[in-house]
Amino acid sequence: MPDDFVQRLIQCIAKTQHIPAENITIDSSFEQLGIDSLDGINILFALENEFGVNIPDNAAQQVKTIRDMAQGVYQLMEAQQAQPQAQ
Amino acid sequence: MRRVVVTGLGVICAAGNNREEFWAALKAGRSGVRPLACSEASKLRFPNGAEVAGYDPLQHFEPRQVDLLDRFAQFAAVAGREAVRDSGIEFTGRARQRTAIVTGCCVGGQSTEDAGFIELYQKGLPRVHPMTIPRIMSNAGASFLSTEFGLTGPVFTVSTACASSNHAMGQALWMIRSGMVDAAITGGSEAIFSYGFLKAWEAMRVVSPDTCRPFSKDRKGLILGEGGAMLVLETLEAAKARGARIYGEFAGFGMSSDAYHITQPTVEGPAAAIQAALEDAGLAPEPVGYINAHGTGTLANDVTETRAIRAVFGAHASKVAVSSTKSMHGHALGAAGAVEAVATLMALQDGVVPPTANYTAPDPECDLDVVPNAARECQVEAALSNAFAFGGLNAVLAFRREPPGRN
Repeated sequence: MPDDFVQRLIQCIAKTQHIPAENITIDSSFEQLGIDSLDGINILFALENEFGVNIPDNAAQQVKTIRDMAQGVYQLMEAQQAQPQAQ
Repeated sequence: MRRVVVTGLGVICAAGNNREEFWAALKAGRSGVRPLACSEASKLRFPNGAEVAGYDPLQHFEPRQVDLLDRFAQFAAVAGREAVRDSGIEFTGRARQRTAIVTGCCVGGQSTEDAGFIELYQKGLPRVHPMTIPRIMSNAGASFLSTEFGLTGPVFTVSTACASSNHAMGQALWMIRSGMVDAAITGGSEAIFSYGFLKAWEAMRVVSPDTCRPFSKDRKGLILGEGGAMLVLETLEAAKARGARIYGEFAGFGMSSDAYHITQPTVEGPAAAIQAALEDAGLAPEPVGYINAHGTGTLANDVTETRAIRAVFGAHASKVAVSSTKSMHGHALGAAGAVEAVATLMALQDGVVPPTANYTAPDPECDLDVVPNAARECQVEAALSNAFAFGGLNAVLAFRREPPGRN
């Protein structure tokens, strides 16, 4: 994953959670950051808007760390670019 | 202390458009979950809902009344009329002031609000329909019933998300018990199938992509529902004096707040409400043979509810039949408690416990007797009906069978 993508994702999470971006690293877990299930869906909403992706519910349930989240979003973006005609 | 009994039931929901249809569906384990009727269904992550089928407002109301009543208020009116007819109660003279109407509703006239704002924001029209406000207000159903039956006593609506109608019915119970009124029409209604509101639920990520499988290992979330249900309550003396059929005694009500998190449930909060309902009813755990669970089918609810029931009932928990009829009528939010109260009272009266439908595999974390897929003939002495709302608000009803020969 490119660095600028990860930074953009971290900025987005920091803004949603009202915490400094410096506190978040790619290896932070949701637990360390105090992110509960409701915060989680808030972040998914922000990321869907930020990156123009549609994150399915079953994928969202398995995400437990920032890395999981970044990889998931990045894969969705790649899949979307591979199929420009798809919705 | 005055004892309060239920003498009339009315219901309209995805499982059936009246009490008889509803109970026949529940006894058969027949689910009312179907593909969404709304034209935007393809733009949603979930394709199914539990909508009232084959409903035509003009079969129930004059065109001028339809203009004034959102779908949710119509459901309150349809269920209220059926309950009153079913009870045979007559409101004359002083009874008009001495009868309360207490309804529950979570969101009011969603589809009216949606339609009005589409006119304004999307179509750029300069005005919305003048009946928008009276159609949206959450008390519209209660007010209609008040006018319909000429009831001039206390009439109001309670809103506590998914516990709304349990809070409403509990309030009505205590008002009769205390002597404030002698009878009540009480329950709740909801109609939430507007695109905007469905999108809001989609964003919560708790709606199942197929169906509602409460307590099942592979459950994937709730299924949204709609409808209305009403009970007629009166004192035991009054019911006996007029020779009314008694479905059961409305024996107790308990409520609590988690004081914890806006959406994550606790074990302690629901357990405290169950305990309070038992105490209010003067019931020990042992006579309770059935619990109509909140049982939404979400990962979180079904585990915490199992633990809450175990916390209160101890060893007896394994002997209680616990089913979620949401598997058949969906989660009707502010109407859920009322629809489930009808199911619970029919179970007491008919000697049949309705099943948890769509059940596929046991979850060790939901290890109660959840009556999977098939109804069970079983005459229970007392039953509870749970409702636990977002916002951490819990409300539990306790009903007791009216023993034969006592009326």
